[in-house]
Amino acid sequence: MPTYTLNTPLTDSDIDKLRSGDVVLLNGIIYTGRDAAHKRITDLLDAGKPLPFDLKGASIYYVGPSPAPPGRPIGSAGPTTSYRMDAYAPRLHALGLKASIGKGKRSDEVKKTMQEHKAVYFGATGGAGALLSKCITAAKVIAFEELGPEAVRELTVKDFPLLVINDAFGGELYAKPKLDD
Amino acid sequence: MREIKAADISAAVAQMCMSANTKLPDDVRRKFEEGHKNETTEAGKEIFRQLLENADLAFETKLPLCQDCGLAIFYVELGEEVFVPGGINKAITEGMVTGYKDGYLRKSSCDPLLRKNTGDNTPAIIHIDFVPGDKLKISYMAKGGGSENMSRVTMLAPSQGWEGIKKFVVQRVAEAGPNPCPPVILGIGIGGTFEYAPKIAKKALLRKLDDVHPDPKVAEMEAELLAAVNKLGIGPMGLGGSYTCLAVKIALAPCHIASLPLAVNVQCHSARHEEVEF
Ligand code: SF4
Repeated sequence: MPTYTLNTPLTDSDIDKLRSGDVVLLNGIIYTGRDAAHKRITDLLDAGKPLPFDLKGASIYYVGPSPAPPGRPIGSAGPTTSYRMDAYAPRLHALGLKASIGKGKRSDEVKKTMQEHKAVYFGATGGAGALLSKCITAAKVIAFEELGPEAVRELTVKDFPLLVINDAFGGELYAKPKLDD
Repeated sequence: MREIKAADISAAVAQMCMSANTKLPDDVRRKFEEGHKNETTEAGKEIFRQLLENADLAFETKLPLCQDCGLAIFYVELGEEVFVPGGINKAITEGMVTGYKDGYLRKSSCDPLLRKNTGDNTPAIIHIDFVPGDKLKISYMAKGGGSENMSRVTMLAPSQGWEGIKKFVVQRVAEAGPNPCPPVILGIGIGGTFEYAPKIAKKALLRKLDDVHPDPKVAEMEAELLAAVNKLGIGPMGLGGSYTCLAVKIALAPCHIASLPLAVNVQCHSARHEEVEF
């Protein structure tokens, strides 16, 4: 299985080489955002206001971390289920978002826009939040602090372990359930 | 009457919330070890390896096993001769709030429409059953949103019977696919009413993964459903394999002659629960 070490922001040529099933160790800055933050970001876009971070080449991690205990940059920080962000993702990909990180299936529309705009969907291991937090070296809230766990955070990650679930060429990693009929 | 102090209950509940979120139950751990050894796909084996490492790390560091520390569900067996000055609901809720705060657990409860976080994980969801005697037993379950969202309740026609039940459950797990963090555990409530079936389905998740239902017929049904679901090949985190489901736990209740209520409570692999007795 090919393994790539990539740095953010991601570029078109990074995306071009990735295929579903590849392992990626991601480094640099990524942004957290889940349900409520996506709603707020969309509201800002509707109002023509600036976003808390530049979407160009950005990676959004669908996560609501647990509170950081003393001495740690963040608490547990594993992925949340991605389909809830399907309603927002196409618009963000059109504006330059290169990668989303989560767990679970994406809609056909999201997969289509990832092909159109050269973007990928990464899976992180759900329920391994303590383990994944080890790869997060710094975290700070940059917007919507009042949303608590749902606030937008800027995370610095080091060799954050990901699997390419959907690539920019229509590839899909998830097993198709074997049903008799 | 036997008096149990509210403060003692609160302290025990706080402790239980912190401990359950950082210590994977032994029976779940044994299943992970088994999966790590026997899973047929490399990707699936790797997930089990990560989950075991995650459990070790959580226990060591007291970081929660999963960032989604769930809504806090409590099943209470309250002896009819027990008196809790100040009230048992309040005692449990206060303990939960303290546990989630002191344990750095995530508060995941919000207003359903405004989506504003309640800030302290309230309300605790408390189910109380009165039982004879002067004992008190409180079971706590941390129920994450990802797996709860994949749960369903349906009202089958009695003619659909066991075959209809099997079909619905298998279909449900197939549709959920990778979303609820498989390998999952299924709590199945058969019978009762529209609100009672899901109640017993979720409570069945308190059973040990490797226990055997005392009624051999039900034990057989559980084994049959487990095999049927694992044939789907979804595997750990949806990456393919033979471990889609770790265990199926069925609870039965008599129902109306016109109905066959069925509830499927999907629980993720992060099956966090503990109990305390007074
Ligand atoms: S489904 Fe379970 S393991 Fe997965 S993120 Fe939710 S609570 Fe955690």
